[in-house]
Amino acid sequence: MKARTATRFAPVLLLAAIASYVLFPDYLALITQIMILAIFALSYDLLQGHTGIVSLGHAAFFGLGAYSVAILSRFGVTEPVLGLFAAGAVSAVVALVLSPIVARGNDLTRLLITLGIGSLLYEAANRARAWTGGADGLSDFALSPLLGVFEFDFLGRTAFFYSFAVLALVYACLLRITTSPFGLALAGIRENTTRMRAIGAPTARHIAVSYMLSGAIAGLGGAVLAQTSHFVSLDMLGFDRSAEVMMVATLGGTGTLHGVVIGAAGFGYVKDALSTLSPKYWHLALGIVLMASVLLMKGGIAGALARLAAWRKR
Amino acid sequence: MTAALESRNLAVRYGHFSAVGGVDLAIAPGARHALIGPNGAGKTTLVHALTGNVAATAGSVHLDGEDITHLAQPARVRKGLARTFQINQLFRSQTVLENVLLAVFERQRATRAFWRSATGDRRAIAEAREHIALVNLASLADQPVHRLAYGQQRMVEIAIALATRPRVLILDEPAAGVPTTESAVIFERLEALPREMTLIFVEHDMNLVFRFAERITVLVAGKVLTEGTPAEISADERVREVYLGRRGHHAA
Ligand SMILES: Nc1ncnc2c1ncn2[C@@H]1O[C@H](COP(=O)(O)OP(=O)(O)OP(=O)(O)O)[C@@H](O)[C@H]1O
Ligand SMILES: [Mg+2]
Repeated sequence: MKARTATRFAPVLLLAAIASYVLFPDYLALITQIMILAIFALSYDLLQGHTGIVSLGHAAFFGLGAYSVAILSRFGVTEPVLGLFAAGAVSAVVALVLSPIVARGNDLTRLLITLGIGSLLYEAANRARAWTGGADGLSDFALSPLLGVFEFDFLGRTAFFYSFAVLALVYACLLRITTSPFGLALAGIRENTTRMRAIGAPTARHIAVSYMLSGAIAGLGGAVLAQTSHFVSLDMLGFDRSAEVMMVATLGGTGTLHGVVIGAAGFGYVKDALSTLSPKYWHLALGIVLMASVLLMKGGIAGALARLAAWRKR
Repeated sequence: MTAALESRNLAVRYGHFSAVGGVDLAIAPGARHALIGPNGAGKTTLVHALTGNVAATAGSVHLDGEDITHLAQPARVRKGLARTFQINQLFRSQTVLENVLLAVFERQRATRAFWRSATGDRRAIAEAREHIALVNLASLADQPVHRLAYGQQRMVEIAIALATRPRVLILDEPAAGVPTTESAVIFERLEALPREMTLIFVEHDMNLVFRFAERITVLVAGKVLTEGTPAEISADERVREVYLGRRGHHAA
């Protein structure tokens, strides 16, 4: 059901992206950031929305992807697409290695463990100045033109299309993953682990694979941010980013691909608008907007859209 | 002949409370075996221990002669030991078909595949629909489970268990919470299952027990009081006292 809606929304989102490019040529940087936020939120929601497990340290994999791009370029991996997939692979491997400690336990222990993973990696990146630039971040890494052809121009056109292509790829992959036999098993874990064990399901294995895939996609998001902004810094690993993505998924409608993308757009836009409106109080205002929308819209934006569709059908 | 399912001195303690206190069971292959006893006798706990939902505190469990005591539940399921639950354990927002299909996929280990479409697997879907048809739910296959009536949800419990293709199936009060007229239908469906499948069921309704069971074990306070044919059990004074007698008293 939800997957069918997410499929139907794919062309709508595609058109929206093209329209935004045509209509708001001055805002390409913001739109690119929103698309990166959407990639990250989609990766996170594979855990929360589809598998039913929570994480408070998901930025670890986002940041890992970003730093991988910068560090790998020192070893000659400067072509963005190559760097992108290498970064995804690094995040995937680290997520897989960490997955056994995430798979066991309940929601509360998972929150604490993922929070711990996040801050550990943050501190490690902070200490390893030689590699990461510590608190200053890194911007002196080389990037060759995309596919050997397209330079990242200062108008942000290449960045826009590149982020868009990665987002479209991630959306399509997640559409497939969530409608696969594996995706059905993830829904099973979300809905009833007792029953999953009683049908012989290897739940820990499923959770580990879900965590790995989610980490890989988060790594892609981080890589795109590093490449399009040509900068990496500690905040890409930080707790704020982990918490933000949780809010985006909840606002958009957790468990729905289209909802999460729309949620990212809404969140990114409101955050930008509020921070220009009031550089001092925008945090407060954002908090109020979020609380109001969570309280007033059950199931987030996707839930509201579904109710609207049901109402129109009557 | 080796028992299809056997327990030796099986015990489960919750703190200082002994819920199952040293149970010896031997269920013959193809049996239709009832497990009865008053509320709180430890029937569900015994089922938990047999199937691996809770760890046994002492004793052992054997499936076709193989010691499975230290296997986790999923491993026992893959060896052919399935169960249903006294209180529904379903994927409530998923359709009936998805509930059963997932069990088929898990049995085939097809759930490892995240690159294929689930709905593209026509064979698995056809099999799932067969299990669903067997429990009379064919017309409701595409409904989300939470929309079904309670009795129909009990049928989904059974269909999911069947989709694991068990050799031994333990049913914990399959007709719990269902009107008597419907509970007979559930048991008639169970009677139609292949004879080679070993069935163990917990049931409170004595009419159903005497109608469908070929052997009966009576559990009282976590221990086996006696075991025998329906005729032997109904003639047993002690059973009358602790169980039938009490029920008879209620009826009067
Ligand atoms: N997790 C638990 N912790 C502590 N005590 C428990 C637990 N589960 C069950 N018990 C106790 O163990 C005893 C046996 O419970 P069990 O559910 O096995 O009985 P039952 O024979 O299935 O009863 P019923 O006919 O009502 O289903 C009861 O006294 C119950 O309170
Ligand atoms: Mg019980």
